[in-house]
Amino acid sequence: MITALAFYVFAAVLIASAAMVVTSRNPVHSVLFLILAFFNAAALFLIAGAEFLAMILVIVYVGAVAVLFLFVVMMLDVDFTRMREGFQRYAPAGALVGGILFIELFSLLVWRYFDTGAEEPKAFPAPTNGVNNAEALGRILYTDYVYLFQAAGLVLLVAMIGAIVLTLRERPGTRRQDIAAQIARAGTVNLRSVPSGAGLARIGIERPPAPEEERQAAAGAIAHEGHGGHH
Amino acid sequence: MAIGLPHYLAVGAILLVLGFLGIFLNRKNVIVILMSVELILLSVNLNFVAFSASLGDLAGQVFAMFVLTVAAAEAAIGLAIVVIYFRNTGSIEVEDISTLKG
Repeated sequence: MITALAFYVFAAVLIASAAMVVTSRNPVHSVLFLILAFFNAAALFLIAGAEFLAMILVIVYVGAVAVLFLFVVMMLDVDFTRMREGFQRYAPAGALVGGILFIELFSLLVWRYFDTGAEEPKAFPAPTNGVNNAEALGRILYTDYVYLFQAAGLVLLVAMIGAIVLTLRERPGTRRQDIAAQIARAGTVNLRSVPSGAGLARIGIERPPAPEEERQAAAGAIAHEGHGGHH
Repeated sequence: MAIGLPHYLAVGAILLVLGFLGIFLNRKNVIVILMSVELILLSVNLNFVAFSASLGDLAGQVFAMFVLTVAAAEAAIGLAIVVIYFRNTGSIEVEDISTLKG
């Protein structure tokens, strides 16, 4: 009974927020409702017994993909007059999304508090032979499907490099460190072949001026200047 | 009525239809189309998980994880393309992106 109730609530919110994603005129509202849809889909995963995938969905989608969408939407919004109206316009949608999420979480808390002996809302009898979902998934993921796992890592690597290469831009006029030019500078660094055993002073290699001389010269100049200024 | 496979498949079907609707309905900007693609992939994941739980076979969940990975990569690449397109043309309207039409 509680399983059916939870399923219907989460599915209704999921479908309603998905409809809001496609019909909303403001892309920021779309992203906020997309986040709500992902949360409710994670709840449906939990009811189906896929706990690990539910957590992955929350972490990967809400934590990374939806925030990426939000970032790009807000970065590409070119209508500056609308942007200047401030954050108030997004407050109702954000409050709606947050409120629905809070009601769902709070109802779960209340239900757990008043009905401590309730059974878990599971739609399918889990075929657990002593292991939970994450452990069972790990057992087959690192043995039977290890090539698939590695392929997933490769896909992510290629996507990361591709995104960096696509969005990297060489601006004219920026100053960067040019190591080749630094090394190829003439006159500041001289290379000599020194016979082994011979000191630097004995073979007459030029040295930079000693620090004391420089300091004394500078102090003398300052003193002279101060003296002149006093006059 | 006990919750079973048909309920999950119905929710997945509705999500898929909403995603397709979002692609065809939306004429404004590309980012909403990318979000619709995410919805479609979410419905696919829902079906995978439902079948996996109903059949008691974890391979469906492994494949759902792979779909999730590919969806994340697709979102990153798609948004990068949108960013450089916006940088080049100053607009991400769907109507304007018809350069390849000839």
